[in-house]
Amino acid sequence: MDLAVIVLDQILTSIASLILISIGLAVIFGMMRVINLAHGEFIMLGGYTVITSVNAGVNLWFASLVLAPLVVGAFGFLVERTIVRFLYGRMIDTMLATWGLSLAMVGAVTMIFGNTTSGVSTPLGSMAFGRYELSNYNFALMGVAIVTTAALWAALRFTPFGIIARATMQNAQMVGSLGVNSAHVYAITFTIGAALSGLAGGMIAPLSGVLPSMGVQYVAKAFITVISGGSAAVAGTLSASTLLGTLDTGTTFLTTPVFGEVSLLIGAVLLVRAMPQGITGSLFKGST
Amino acid sequence: MTFRNSVVTALCVAAAAATIIILPHVVELFTIINATIYASMAILTLSLALVWGFCGIISFGQTAFFGLGGYAYAVAAINFGDSTPAIALALLVPTLFAGLLGYFIFWGRVTDVYLGVITLTVTLILYKLFNATAGDAYHIGKAALGGFNGIPATPLMNLPWDRGTTLEPEDIWYVAATLLCLAYAFVRWLLSTKLGHLMIAIRENEHRTELLGYDPRRIKLAAFTIGGAMAGASGILFANCVFVSPTMFSLLYTAQVIVWVIIGGLGTLAGPIFACFLLQMITAELGRLNWLNPNFVLGIILIAFVLLMPSGILPTLQRMYDKITWPILLQKSVRKRPAQ
Repeated sequence: MDLAVIVLDQILTSIASLILISIGLAVIFGMMRVINLAHGEFIMLGGYTVITSVNAGVNLWFASLVLAPLVVGAFGFLVERTIVRFLYGRMIDTMLATWGLSLAMVGAVTMIFGNTTSGVSTPLGSMAFGRYELSNYNFALMGVAIVTTAALWAALRFTPFGIIARATMQNAQMVGSLGVNSAHVYAITFTIGAALSGLAGGMIAPLSGVLPSMGVQYVAKAFITVISGGSAAVAGTLSASTLLGTLDTGTTFLTTPVFGEVSLLIGAVLLVRAMPQGITGSLFKGST
Repeated sequence: MTFRNSVVTALCVAAAAATIIILPHVVELFTIINATIYASMAILTLSLALVWGFCGIISFGQTAFFGLGGYAYAVAAINFGDSTPAIALALLVPTLFAGLLGYFIFWGRVTDVYLGVITLTVTLILYKLFNATAGDAYHIGKAALGGFNGIPATPLMNLPWDRGTTLEPEDIWYVAATLLCLAYAFVRWLLSTKLGHLMIAIRENEHRTELLGYDPRRIKLAAFTIGGAMAGASGILFANCVFVSPTMFSLLYTAQVIVWVIIGGLGTLAGPIFACFLLQMITAELGRLNWLNPNFVLGIILIAFVLLMPSGILPTLQRMYDKITWPILLQKSVRKRPAQ
């Protein structure tokens, strides 16, 4: 019984972190079709924002929930204006340019902070449950994942900007002829995606610490999740995270963490083989 | 014109052979070993130049086959004690892996960009997998996989079926450089065959090729598998001049190969090889400076090329050459024409 609760806690935590690391990419790649290979480095930048500001005496929650999204959002805006906006519609070039960006960011952060792991202690302590200990931070992670997903869903579904953004991604010319400046919409959407990635980095930093090359760990998982999810940003991320998170953690419990990740990959490859358009391309059509 | 072409080809072959033979006599051992590494990486670059530049498959997983080839070679050579069957096995493993991966990708109709992401993901997962093999529990036969440290005692090649005679670094240079030339000739030949023409047709328009009655999945699978085998071969050579470690699967290596192909010129063969040698020399020099991170420099170079010179060095040079020579050629042909 105790073990069942622990496993459930681990699975939910794994799903929550998958949602967090993928949701920014779901906006940038799933909606905008921009292959952002610097996604992991956006997360890394969020992590470093938190570590640096906590070391400077800022409150951890303020740093990870407010500062990290703000800093990475601003950086994302800069990237969109200087690099990405010239490359819309040229997917391969976008991919290469953002890869260059990713390498440059890893290099720059290594030059500034050095190639070492730094971290802050995980807050909130833990809770005894039978013979096991549950980290309370896991619940915070789940809470943030739920609130972020709900907020993004509501924003895309009900606010005027969300509707304009979705329309722009579907047919930028049509929206342009209705008097909307689609360049602005692209810039703002990219900034939102970057800010969400920053939030993910901020929430993950106390758990795993930060390292200049940490983005590598997340970029593959995030892409796999978004591709498996399909084009609907929120529903796709939710369904794919749930499926893959369960698979990963389940296998990890039965074998080792390495096989957990491998099972995630194999599961995703089989999923893409069965449903090339992703889960939301085949099952929940018309969702957001 | 064909006579001129064959003269040029003969001159190129002679120059290549002379360089291969003379180099070990004029430079230090350290430079020879570096040149061998560059040559092995050039074969890897060539495999991507073929798969991506001529069949339109954005395979970011060439380093996966490269690493698998290296690991298969090291593990088999340690177990057999003789490199001859190890080399055969090390060519087989990445080829089969490429075939299997390619089957899932192409029969799943995974389109271009998704393909890039999936191959990249496979590489990263392999990177993590091999990094996690530290400890005594992970070994294949006599060979411990060694986790992050890899297999530092990767055995060197010996003469076929003669395990007593191990090759010296100079010999491995001869092998690697000759293999690079052979690989280049092979790819040139491949592109002149029907299969090669079909690959180019798919790059230009996959849909139209399919409507003409060809199965693009098979052709792409063939190209992908050949590319995988070439990358595996380069992994064997690399294992012989450095040693195998999870770094072979790392993002930096994957990125480097792509950068070389892009800078040299996508859709050319000589350009990427040239860029491979040139940029590795530059990176080595930068590494000596110590304060500038090579990742940072590579990243900036990549962004700059994508934004400013997306077709790469060789095609740009060709265009410039054409711009200069065409007016002269045109004038000549006008002059030759009889006056009316």
